[in-house]
Amino acid sequence: MADIILKNLTLKIWRQKNAKTKGKFETYKIHNISQGSSFLEMLDVLNEQLVSENKEPVAFDHDCREGICGTCSMFVDGHAHGPDTEVTTCQLHMRKFNEGATITIEPWRVGAFPVIKDLIVDRSAYDKILQAGGYTSVNTGGVPDANSIPISNDNAEEAMDAASCIGCGACAATCKNSSAMLFVAAKVSQLALLPQGKIEAARRAKSMVAKMDELGFGGCTNTGACQMECPKSISIEHIARLNREFLKAKFKD
Amino acid sequence: MSVIDSKIPVSPALEDKWQYHKAHIGVVSPANKKKLDIIVIGTGLAGGSAAASLAELGYKVSTFCYQDSPRRAHSIAAQGGINAAKNYTNDNDSVFRLFYETIKGGDYRAREANVYRLAEVSNAIIDQCVAQGIPFARDYGGLLANRSFGGALVSRTFYARGQTGQQLLLGCYGAMNRQINKGAIKSYTRHEVLDIVIVDGKARGVIARNLVTGKLERYGAHAVVLASGGYGNVFFLSTNAMGCNVSAAWDAYKKGALFGNPCFVQIHPTCIPVHGEQQSKLTLMSESLRNDGRVWTPKKKEDAIKLQKGELNPNDITDEDRDFYLERRYPAFGNLVPRDVASRAAKERCDAGFGVNPSGKAVFLDFKYAIAEMGRETIAKRYGNLFQMYEKINDVDPYHNPMMIYPAIHYTMGGLWVDYNLMTTVPGLYSIGEANFSDHGANRLGASALMQGLADGYFILPYTIGDFLSKEIQTPRIKTDTKEFDEAEKRIYNRLKKLYDIKGTKSPDYFHKELGHVMWDYIGMARDAEGLKKALKLIAEIDADFHKNLRVVGDFEDMNNELEKAGRVEDFIQLAKLMALDALDRNESCGGHCRTESITEDGEAKRDDVNYAYVSMWEYKGENKEPELLKEKLEFKNVTPDQRSYK
Repeated sequence: MADIILKNLTLKIWRQKNAKTKGKFETYKIHNISQGSSFLEMLDVLNEQLVSENKEPVAFDHDCREGICGTCSMFVDGHAHGPDTEVTTCQLHMRKFNEGATITIEPWRVGAFPVIKDLIVDRSAYDKILQAGGYTSVNTGGVPDANSIPISNDNAEEAMDAASCIGCGACAATCKNSSAMLFVAAKVSQLALLPQGKIEAARRAKSMVAKMDELGFGGCTNTGACQMECPKSISIEHIARLNREFLKAKFKD
Repeated sequence: MSVIDSKIPVSPALEDKWQYHKAHIGVVSPANKKKLDIIVIGTGLAGGSAAASLAELGYKVSTFCYQDSPRRAHSIAAQGGINAAKNYTNDNDSVFRLFYETIKGGDYRAREANVYRLAEVSNAIIDQCVAQGIPFARDYGGLLANRSFGGALVSRTFYARGQTGQQLLLGCYGAMNRQINKGAIKSYTRHEVLDIVIVDGKARGVIARNLVTGKLERYGAHAVVLASGGYGNVFFLSTNAMGCNVSAAWDAYKKGALFGNPCFVQIHPTCIPVHGEQQSKLTLMSESLRNDGRVWTPKKKEDAIKLQKGELNPNDITDEDRDFYLERRYPAFGNLVPRDVASRAAKERCDAGFGVNPSGKAVFLDFKYAIAEMGRETIAKRYGNLFQMYEKINDVDPYHNPMMIYPAIHYTMGGLWVDYNLMTTVPGLYSIGEANFSDHGANRLGASALMQGLADGYFILPYTIGDFLSKEIQTPRIKTDTKEFDEAEKRIYNRLKKLYDIKGTKSPDYFHKELGHVMWDYIGMARDAEGLKKALKLIAEIDADFHKNLRVVGDFEDMNNELEKAGRVEDFIQLAKLMALDALDRNESCGGHCRTESITEDGEAKRDDVNYAYVSMWEYKGENKEPELLKEKLEFKNVTPDQRSYK
């Protein structure tokens, strides 16, 4: 692989001291970035540059840097996780950008995810939704043998598709209504597809949707933008399954 | 210090020890459990499963993680699978075979009783995970599927595509969420534990820095569980997440917990090679790929040189000119030799000049043969997400071109020394998962980290912690407005303030990278006495430079990632020294620890059981004092340590 170097890039980055202060865009110039570097490695270079100038680095969330922990959360050039498909920001590489490009970087813009600092937002609302029912109600120990209930390959595979959600928040950040429906649907659908989770599927759907509404996420109007930007390509078909489970719960009431 | 007791029951036979032990340790009644508080540091597979299980039992649990959610702990990145001795494949697996292969894989540097217990509880883990709704891979008949992993002669690895760690972690995160919803767990996210508070010789709480406000906070409990993971980031470049650190464990060491086998580090053979100076971390390609991929380098040096210059397409090299060196050297295990063996073999080929990328530090992992045999669809189903990840990082399509891979730091077998109850040498302080030293000896087999983390958290600690807590039922809730907490908070405040006030010119990352280079060059895949002595000198120089020229920008009491990094790097520098001392002491090769002075004629690790069949246990003696080496002798009554052979 030939290593192509981007000599000049301009970065417009959202800077915000904390939740209480107003933020604004700051412009930075950065040089000599390898196209083989990841987007976050480019930000590392910027931050080292800022430290050398005795300025405060840009705060951004990141951890595993291999696309699975779901920590990195930023809007790059108008797209959640930037201009590549099926990637998180940490897996976005600089070969997606051209020499001389101006890149705009913002935090998730969702009312239920307030900005903590710069590009870092508080996504604990997603944890709260899962706390309301995103599990099977079993304790450790005393469970049946793993092979006692066969599960069809199709159902296991579809459950796995849903279960691959990384909880990054790109769906809500992309949705014009700031809806968390794809996130909620992924968990509800995964568990409803499996016999272990089916038992409490309707109750689960009801309590998770109620929590989602309470936390101020918007409703779903089926634009499908969420699945386009989802780094794990989670399908909106899971939203249909969530709606079915939700209706079942309503009929029971 | 008095003689250290590992608390392994002596009289029962190996297969009866755990049952016997459980029957004879203390138990806390349900009415008393709710009066007892437990702090769990870290929410990965070990911490998450422990927190959920302890809360289900009725204890009041607080969890701490530096991430913004427990779900993001780095267990999430484990790809390939989890071992269990289910024998669903009818290939003659058993608890004994899993035990035997694990202890052999660890090059006979782990305790028999611990490893046997691990194998014994492995099956219950799979049952538990299925009950949680984890979508493991299944055959068309609806039953669970298995794949093979390195160092094993049977297929015993359960998996959820290439995302097994993620699915298992989300399982215990779900179990945690259920307890959070019930009020039995209080979850503190974006909190970093910096101090273990000791009261009257027992672990009674922690000082944590709230990473959002930058303020120090105090928390008290009757017992503290360290599940803070490994210390691979001491190398700067590793497969660990960026935030993984040793700080909580290192503070425990300074408070009297012994550190076991610090030099035992796993170097994983199949990682994506380093691309350049801006690299921040390394990405693993699951070991499961070696089920179907064939590892090779060119036979002819001129081909290697052309590959390094980018003048030759690897697909144009004929099979006759390819050296499938693992199959050549290890016909019995072939591409599925254990990680330490595969890593050394890759290094040997590259050092001999047969590397295949511009830096000469890569070998091929080729799926051409598997695709020809099974079809692209089958391979895509097995490894689709890994192939996609590889392509996104390298811009090369692995369906049509061989992957390039090279060894990288992945896991640390060393960690806090614990007894059979998983308690450190500080009463009331436990250590589980990768943070302890216990089960993997000098080399961990693939798909065994997930097994150990969940074994500790679901099925071992919830029993053994009762033995300590049953004697604490009269102890009221721990108050934090005491002199012990005052002093602990002041100590941490002063330590951070001192770093902040250096006002030098170099960032924490600068020092971390410098340290990483020294670690990789002298305490990496090959070590010798001369290099280790040099490393000690270089580490001391980095230490001095750090305390003179560190620059921490930003506000002291605010969210400040630079200050977080500075504290972690300071601890890594101190740990690095201990690793060098340990590697220097152990003048033998075993598992991932390769002393070039101790190698067999055909280049394999040569153990020295007469002189080194022990766990090294390092005791902290104070600042600027040399630590003291204590030894726990390892005895093997059920297996015979022999020269490990995978030929």
